Amino acid sequence: MKAAVITFPGSNCDDDCVYALEEVCELSVDRIWHKHEVDLSPYSLIVLPGGFSYGDYLRCGSLAAFSPIMNLVRAASDRGQLILGICNGFQILCEANLLPGALVPNSSLRFICKDVTLKVENNLNPWLNAFKVGDVLTLPIAHGDGRYVIGDQAQAAKAQKILSYCDAKGALVDGANPNGSFDFVAGMVNEKGNVFGLMPHPERAADLRSLHGRKLFESIINHLREKASA
Amino acid sequence: MKARVHIFLKDSVFDPQGNTIAQMLRRTGFEKVHGVRMGKVIDVETTHQVAAEALSEVKKMCEKILTNPVIESYRVELMES
Repeated sequence: MKAAVITFPGSNCDDDCVYALEEVCELSVDRIWHKHEVDLSPYSLIVLPGGFSYGDYLRCGSLAAFSPIMNLVRAASDRGQLILGICNGFQILCEANLLPGALVPNSSLRFICKDVTLKVENNLNPWLNAFKVGDVLTLPIAHGDGRYVIGDQAQAAKAQKILSYCDAKGALVDGANPNGSFDFVAGMVNEKGNVFGLMPHPERAADLRSLHGRKLFESIINHLREKASA
Repeated sequence: MKARVHIFLKDSVFDPQGNTIAQMLRRTGFEKVHGVRMGKVIDVETTHQVAAEALSEVKKMCEKILTNPVIESYRVELMES
């Protein structure tokens, strides 16, 4: 099983993603520069990492959504390959219309860098199957533009939300929504479920300090193994 | 031909910058300020000679790249070059 991590100009979590996938998940990983239009079909997992692609110019993720590699990412999505967007990667996937909605500046207008608690809303997917519905996990966030807005697709959003911001007990209450996201959305999948975007950083919690991020990656591996043996 | 694009967050999307500016205006004596929305302006210069063509092209740019229709609305104004 091979994974690809795509680097855009301004990506800064690509090394962390490679580390988490190689050292923790023991996957073989190729790094791909956004201008290299390589065949993505051999990859079981394609990761769009966090960072500040194109300096967040115009809107976060908007310019990266037009990078040459994105046509190939779109084709990979159509083929049903797994695509994971973390933080800026989530913003890029939304701007590329591979996920519904958009991410705008936090309600507080502050950059927020801290651990948050998250509730698993749905585990029948490649991304969170190692958890139980209702599980509360802790992952770090680090973003200025993490407020999820859905526009007129609110109904679709409810079905595709798999991860919510919550308090320590798993309740979606005032004060548990760090950035003002619609419906406490922290992570969304597309309709088919093969594309997942989330603002928290699982790759920063896959090792010594916290293992919830590792468990997220283990979910992906579980899914790929099951698919391979089916 | 030059076009000026005005971009605003849709009314349904909370604009924290505009909100903070409105609060500050009211606090500094402009009590009648009811709301502020802050947007951005992008000037696009093209080699189009015909106004209708320039307008239609800039609108296409808005739909494709310059704005995100999920969160933003826009208005294009043609200007004298």
